[in-house]
Amino acid sequence: MSKTQISRRHVLTLCAGIGVTFLANPTFALTAMAKRKLVVIVCRGAMDGLSVAVPIDDKNYPNLRGDIVIPAKDTLKLDSDFGLHPKLDGLYALAKAGQARIAPAVAIPERIRSHFEAQDLLESGGAHLYSVSTGWLNRTLLSLAPGSATSALSVGAQEPLILRGKAQVQSWSPGGRMTDEMDRIATVLQDLYKSDPLLGPAFASGLSTEMTAEELGGDQTFQPRAVKKFATTTAKFLTKEGGPSIAVFSLDGFDTHANQGSSDGQLAIRLKLLDDVITGLHEGLGNVWKDTVLIAVTEFGRTARVNGTRGTDHGTASTMILAGGALKKGGIIGDWPTLADSKLFENRDLAPTLDVRQVFKSVLADHIGVDRKALETTIFPDSLTMAAVSGLVA
Amino acid sequence: MTASLEPVIAVTRFGLGARPQELQAAANDPRGWLKSQIRKQGADQPKGPLPDTPDRVATLFTLRGEIKDLKREKSYSEMKPEDFKGERKDIILPMLEGVRDEIFARTVLAAQTAAPFRERWALFWANHFTVSSSKLQSAVLCGPFEREAIRPNVFGRFEDLLIASSTHPGMLVYLDQAQSAGPNSLAGQLRDMGLNENLAREIMELHTVGADAGYTQADVTEFARALTGFSVGAKRDSRSEQGRFLYRSLLHEPGTRKIMGKTYADRGMDLAMHVLKDLAAHPKTAEHISRKLAAYFVADEPPSSLIGKLKTSFLETQGDLSALAETLIDAPEAWQPEAQKFKTPYEFIVSGYRAAGGAPADPQKEVVLPLTVLGQRPFASPQPNGWSDAASDWAAPGAMVKRLTWASRFAEYYAPQSTSPVDAALSALGERVSGSLRTALTRAESRTEAFAILLMSPEFQRR
Repeated sequence: MSKTQISRRHVLTLCAGIGVTFLANPTFALTAMAKRKLVVIVCRGAMDGLSVAVPIDDKNYPNLRGDIVIPAKDTLKLDSDFGLHPKLDGLYALAKAGQARIAPAVAIPERIRSHFEAQDLLESGGAHLYSVSTGWLNRTLLSLAPGSATSALSVGAQEPLILRGKAQVQSWSPGGRMTDEMDRIATVLQDLYKSDPLLGPAFASGLSTEMTAEELGGDQTFQPRAVKKFATTTAKFLTKEGGPSIAVFSLDGFDTHANQGSSDGQLAIRLKLLDDVITGLHEGLGNVWKDTVLIAVTEFGRTARVNGTRGTDHGTASTMILAGGALKKGGIIGDWPTLADSKLFENRDLAPTLDVRQVFKSVLADHIGVDRKALETTIFPDSLTMAAVSGLVA
Repeated sequence: MTASLEPVIAVTRFGLGARPQELQAAANDPRGWLKSQIRKQGADQPKGPLPDTPDRVATLFTLRGEIKDLKREKSYSEMKPEDFKGERKDIILPMLEGVRDEIFARTVLAAQTAAPFRERWALFWANHFTVSSSKLQSAVLCGPFEREAIRPNVFGRFEDLLIASSTHPGMLVYLDQAQSAGPNSLAGQLRDMGLNENLAREIMELHTVGADAGYTQADVTEFARALTGFSVGAKRDSRSEQGRFLYRSLLHEPGTRKIMGKTYADRGMDLAMHVLKDLAAHPKTAEHISRKLAAYFVADEPPSSLIGKLKTSFLETQGDLSALAETLIDAPEAWQPEAQKFKTPYEFIVSGYRAAGGAPADPQKEVVLPLTVLGQRPFASPQPNGWSDAASDWAAPGAMVKRLTWASRFAEYYAPQSTSPVDAALSALGERVSGSLRTALTRAESRTEAFAILLMSPEFQRR
């Protein structure tokens, strides 16, 4: 199985001199950065990476997976080593255009198999569990120069940890429509909330986002599971003049302990939703797609072997998906550890070859223009040894 | 502390929000009023008719093939009666509506009960042992699970509650235990069946000792082996077994098990029961439950002295949940004057009906839809850890606007018409009503507007 092309690509970057131009012209850099968009999709429940990017050339894969194997012929071939799940056809089209890549063996900093602790670690950006209580995207906002006008939007009824912290973020989900009477009540409430540190800022931000949503138009009625519509509305927010630079989505239901399915079935349904979100954003962002990086990430992967009920249990490494017009064209990110018995982590899981923070740091530095020092100290504390992967962003 | 705040603390923090006259009922002896709601026979039951587990499972059997086909294309929440053909429609429609009936009946109970502490206590345990509607099979069992395994046991011993939950078909189906087989069991040897560790892990992590208890992956796997055999009667089983807990020795992994340092001899089903009892009695379980209870009732960051008192009570009484409830009521830390808990969407909507002295009438429009929009449709927690009750999860900007949307529509129908807005506020919040809220209410243009302002006030949003 192949090693990655990281180091080779890194050399190419330097030769092309893109990095040099960038550094030499800070004003250009700042204006260009201001347009950049970052979308993070948190796939909750532990997404089975081996079914997202199927290791079609790994001879151990079919034996380990038994009933839930995804036949190589069904996959959408990225290269001789990996094929995407057949339901990820939107993502596949992007990959073929050089606008999507996968990192097939990434993991959070600690080896834990609790969904909830692992999601905490993934979203807090800490090196250890419970070492940080706010989200790394919130600390990213705090690190950017005052007046950079960068803001973030959470899409959904609940605010995810990844965006929680001192910086006020926006949140939106369908079903909030304001009427004239409500405007009047809102005025009274803003007065009642004026010394309330929690409700005051949240309500003010919510009202302004709702106004934007109404200006943006479109159908704002609530439909559960209509994720593509969520995605297109999010795209409208992002493309609006002065709109947020960062948006976060959650997709749940990836905890496939029984009857996981293969090319079709339970997991396939989820992956189709994920593909709908990615496609919806791609379509909705239009011109802005070229300035966008999208990351889809999960708390951990699933066992390499199928379990006794045609599903998989909690594992370790999983696949991370990167997409967007701002990505640099390239192959898989990080090494493939292989599924050989001797390589499995604790004789059961795909072993990680990359830490999630190595990808996050790279995107924040090269795409959003976050200061390297802030990355190592406040955004991802104690992460010096986890060097950013280079050459992900064009 | 101000003595006059105690009644409102009793009815909002311990209860579900005041119904008219409730503050007066609690005023004389707030602690006594709460303690009188504790009863050995458990929580109240939502008003039916609501079918029990075997009935629900029998309906599923009838539809099995068709559901399988449909599930290939759709997830449970997308299924519609019209997807089913002919007379099958007549079966699936009541089934999907049945889930709605469960949600509705339980919300009506919460809105109307005169024992709101008892109900809040039951809701804690129902959430602690989450069975969610993410699959159709578990969706139709969420209501029966709560009514059969949880409600009767919430004032008994924790051990019995844990066993009731861990042997109920709803939990066995939701966390994939029903088909788990030991690799060396007869079924594992003869048929293509094997281990599933989902329930084992979540019992340890979520229901008992908690993720920081120091157990390893090997402990989880061993416990999963111990649980093999816990199953549900299927169509091929005898009629009296169908849809009920069934121990299948064919699935049971033979051998002794070593879990968290203790060795268990193989006595079939008793082995797992023994482990469950040990987990229930573990000091880490006492701590986990105590911390969670204190956070649920008092504050997102509860005082450690309160956690300590609850833990001591739990350990000294071998997990007597009535005693635990009394300990909570007696703890001065639980009566801090400042209202520190931000209501979850369910608590907010229920307390709205209680303040209005009403109850929802339309299951879909008044209960399922608004709670879905606010992100907390009952029985639909996206993950097995259940709903969060922390402000950081619910007080998001967009969520505040949704609350206003709901409050202003709700007020159009339910604003009390026979009292002044200020009296309505006093009836709901007593001594909590601030001067600025009073002013805002007197300036409101209508009773409707005033009631919406009351529901959205900082005082009403917290408990």
